Amino acid sequence: MSEDIATKPFAVSLDVGGSLLNKTGSWRSERPVYVDRLPPCNHACPAGEDIQGWLYHAEEGDYRAAWEALIANNPLPAIMGRACYHPCQDACNRAQLDQAVNIHAVERFLGDLALAEQWPAPIPGSPSGKRVLVIGAGPSGLSAAYHLARLGHAVEIHEAGPLPGGMMRFGIPRYRLPREVVDGEVRRIVDMGVKLHLDSRVDDIPALLEAGRFDACFVAIGAHVAKRVDIPGRDAARIVDAVSFLRDMETGDAPLQLGRRVVVYGGGNTAVDVARTAKRLGAEPVIVYRRGREQAPAHDFEIDEALEEGVVVNWLRTITETDEQGFKIEKMELDENGWPQPTGEFETIEADSLVLALGQNVDQGILTNLPGVALNSSGVVEVGNDMATAYPGVFAGGDMVPAERTVTVAVGHGKKAARNIDAFLRGETYTPPPKPEIAVYDLLNTWYYSDAEQKVQPVLDAARRTTTFDEVLSGLDASNALFEARRCLSCGNCFECDNCYGICPDNAITKLGPGRRFEFKYDYCKGCGMCAAECPCGAILMTPEST
Amino acid sequence: MSRTPDSQQRVKFYQTGTFTVGNRLLDDAQRTVQASVERANSLDSGHRACQGCGEALGARYVVDAALRAADDKLVAANATGCLEVFTTPYPESAWRLPWIHSLFGNAPAVGAGIAAGLRARGIDDVRVLAQGGDGGTTDIGMGCLSGMFDRNDDVFYVCYNNQAYMNTGVQRSSQTPPAARTATTTVAGSEPGNELGTGKSVPLIAMAHGIPYVATASVHDLHDLELKVARAMEFHGARYLEVFVPCPLGWGSKPADTIKVARLATQSGMFPLFEAEYGEITATTKIRTRSPVDEYLKLQRRFAHVFQPGNEHQLEALRQVAERNIRRFDLVADTEDSA
Repeated sequence: MSEDIATKPFAVSLDVGGSLLNKTGSWRSERPVYVDRLPPCNHACPAGEDIQGWLYHAEEGDYRAAWEALIANNPLPAIMGRACYHPCQDACNRAQLDQAVNIHAVERFLGDLALAEQWPAPIPGSPSGKRVLVIGAGPSGLSAAYHLARLGHAVEIHEAGPLPGGMMRFGIPRYRLPREVVDGEVRRIVDMGVKLHLDSRVDDIPALLEAGRFDACFVAIGAHVAKRVDIPGRDAARIVDAVSFLRDMETGDAPLQLGRRVVVYGGGNTAVDVARTAKRLGAEPVIVYRRGREQAPAHDFEIDEALEEGVVVNWLRTITETDEQGFKIEKMELDENGWPQPTGEFETIEADSLVLALGQNVDQGILTNLPGVALNSSGVVEVGNDMATAYPGVFAGGDMVPAERTVTVAVGHGKKAARNIDAFLRGETYTPPPKPEIAVYDLLNTWYYSDAEQKVQPVLDAARRTTTFDEVLSGLDASNALFEARRCLSCGNCFECDNCYGICPDNAITKLGPGRRFEFKYDYCKGCGMCAAECPCGAILMTPEST
Repeated sequence: MSRTPDSQQRVKFYQTGTFTVGNRLLDDAQRTVQASVERANSLDSGHRACQGCGEALGARYVVDAALRAADDKLVAANATGCLEVFTTPYPESAWRLPWIHSLFGNAPAVGAGIAAGLRARGIDDVRVLAQGGDGGTTDIGMGCLSGMFDRNDDVFYVCYNNQAYMNTGVQRSSQTPPAARTATTTVAGSEPGNELGTGKSVPLIAMAHGIPYVATASVHDLHDLELKVARAMEFHGARYLEVFVPCPLGWGSKPADTIKVARLATQSGMFPLFEAEYGEITATTKIRTRSPVDEYLKLQRRFAHVFQPGNEHQLEALRQVAERNIRRFDLVADTEDSA
C-alpha cells in the first residue's frame, strides 16, 4: 500500500473498500467465550439429573426429547416427580426473582406422559457378556439395574419382598404415590431385559455370586428393621412399628386393628405418613414428638398437609409409660443446644394403640460371609466414593449406606454404582467428569426475564383426603407444564435468546442456527464485554488474552 | 391468579418474555430484526468506533430496521461526527447502503434534497434517512433541521444522542445534561461541570413543528426502538427519532456497561421514552423497574463530582430532572393498570 501512496488523491491513505479489511480484533485485551456453567438445580440434584437440559426440550413442547434427556439419569421420573423432596427447587435461582420453577411438577408431567404413551426405555447397549446381581428392587436397585442394562450388562434383581419398589411401595403411602405409577416404571425397566426375582431373599452373597456366575453385585436392601424404644408397662399387643404398619397396608397381610385413637411416636416423614394413613382408615391420629416443629425431620409441607387433614401434633412430648387407658406423656423443653430435656410435668393421652416411627436400621443378615463388610457405629455399611464395599466386586447404596434416606439419593446411588461397576467389569476406574463453575444468581442478567408466577398443582379437597387414598396432589396439565418449563432461566447455559448476536456493536457474532448456538468473529470482536454483561443466563465468560 | 383457565390466559409466555433480542421459542413476527440472520448489517464489522460504542449499535439497529421497512430501498445522508468518522475514513466505508456525507450541519438539507430529487425523477419507492449526532443535529444543524420539519420534507431524521461532541474530544453540546463534565465544562469552581438548568429537548422542538411523527428510543430496549422505526417508516413527510446512545469514552463508563447505562437512564426517568404524532404525545414507554437516579450517575465518571461534599445541590438538581420527566411524560404505570 505504502508504495502507491503517491498515486492516491490528497490525504487519502486507504484503498477503496469495505471496513472488513480493518481487523478490529487486534484491539482486544479480553475475549468473550461461550461457556456452559452448572445450573444450581443440577448441582443440587442427588440423582444427578440435567434438569436445565431436559427443561430446554420441554420448553419447546418436545416432551419426548425432554423425557429421554430426563431418563438418561433417572429411570423413575413419574415416581420422583411425586416422591422427591426436590432440593433442585430450593436451589433454583428463580426463587430470588419470584418463585422457584416447579421442576418437580414438570418431571411428573413428563413421567406420567411417558407411562400414558408407553414410551419404552432406551434400547440396552450391545451385550458385554458380564452378569451383575442386584439385591433389592427399591429405587437404588432399580436405578442400578437400569443403568447397568443400558451399559450392556445382564442384570438379575433378587427382591426379598412379594412386590418390587421397596420403600416406594412399602414406605410411601399410595395417596402420595399411586401404585400403578410404581408398577408402570418398574415394568419399563423389566422390559429392558432385566430379570426380576420376587420373594427371593439373599442370605449369602458370595454363594449366589458363585452359583449364578455373576461378575459383580450391587446390594441395596434398604433399612427395614424398625428402631424400638423401651416404654415401661407397655402392652405389646397395642404397639406396632411404622414399617410393619405401612407394609401391611400394602400386602393386606395382617388385620390392622388400631382402634379409634392412635398415637404415632416420632417426628419424621414416616411418622407423618403413618398418621395420615391412620386418618384415612377412620382413626384419630395424634403425633407425639420429643422436640419442636423446627427440629422435626419431617418436611414442612408434609406436616402442613397432615394438619390440614386433621392430624393432631403434640410437640415437645415424650411417652414415658403406658397403662390401660392410654399413655403417660412428659412435657419437654429445649436446652440451649436444641436438645429436649424433661420438665417433670406429665399429662395423659387416652389412646387405643401406639405406632413407633422412630427410624429404621439395616438388616445385617445380608452381610453374612462378606468378610470385611460390617455395619459401622451408625448402623450402616461404609462404602467408598465409588460405592464399593470392602468386599471385591460388591457395591452398595441406598438407605443401607451413610447418606440421606430419600428415593432421590437412592436413585443417584444406583446410577453412580452402575458407572463404577461398569468400570470395574472392564478392569478400569470410573472418573467422573470435572464439574463446571456453578451458575450463581449474580451471573445472571435478570432484566430480560419477564414476571411469571409459578403454576400450582391442584390439591384434592379435604373431605376426600381424609376418607380415601386418592392422590392428594394432581399433576399439571399440558399448557401449565409448558408454561412452567418456560419459566426456567436456563442458568449458565445458552438458550439462544439472540441477545449477544443482537447487542454486539461490532457485528462480531455469527448466529449458527437452531440448536447450534453462536460463534464469535474474533477478527472483529473488540472485547468490549457487552455480550457477557447482557447475556441473561451467564453463558459468556470474559477471559484475558494471552498475549 | 394462577388458577385462571388457560383460555383466559392472555399473555403468552416465552421463557424470557419478549425482552431479549430474539428467542428460539418466539414466532418470527415477534422477533426483532436484529435476531434475524438476514438482517442487513448496514453498519458492518471493522468500523473504528470505540469498544462498547452505543452510537454504532444504535445506528445499526435503526438503519437495519429502516431497511427492512423500506424493502432495502433506502438512502442515507450523514452529518459530520463520530458516526461519519468511525464508519467512513474515505475511501473505505463500513456502510452497506447508499450513503452520503456533506457538511457538519446540513444533513437535514441534504436529505431533503435527495427526497426532492427522487420526486423530480418520479421515483417513489426509495426512502430517505438523514442522521447525525447531537452536536450536528441540535446545535450546528438546527436551522437545517427546522427547515426540513417546516417544509415537511419526506425525510426520516435520526439523532444519536450521546450528549456531547465526542468526535472532537467531548465538548459540551446543547444536549449535555446539567452538571456533566466535558472538556469545556470542567470540574472546577463552585459549579463544576455543565451549568444547571441547561440542555434542550429537540424531540419537543420537533413536536412543536407539528410533523407527522416524533419519538425517543434507547439502545437498551431493542423491541421498543424497532417498533418506533417501523412506525416512523409508515409515515411520509418529516419524522424525527432521537436514540439515547451512551458513550463510554465521553461519559467515563465501562464499555461493557453501555446497555446498562442506557437502561438505568430510562428506568430512573433521566431519559423519557415516548411517541408523538402531529405534535401530540400518543404513547409513553412506562418504567418497568424504577431505579434511583444515583445508580445511573454512579456508573459515569462525568458525574463523579456530584457525589462530592459541597455539590449536593447538583445531585438534587439531577434527581429533579428525573422527577420532572416522570411527571411530565407519565412514566410510572398506575398499579391498577399494570395488574
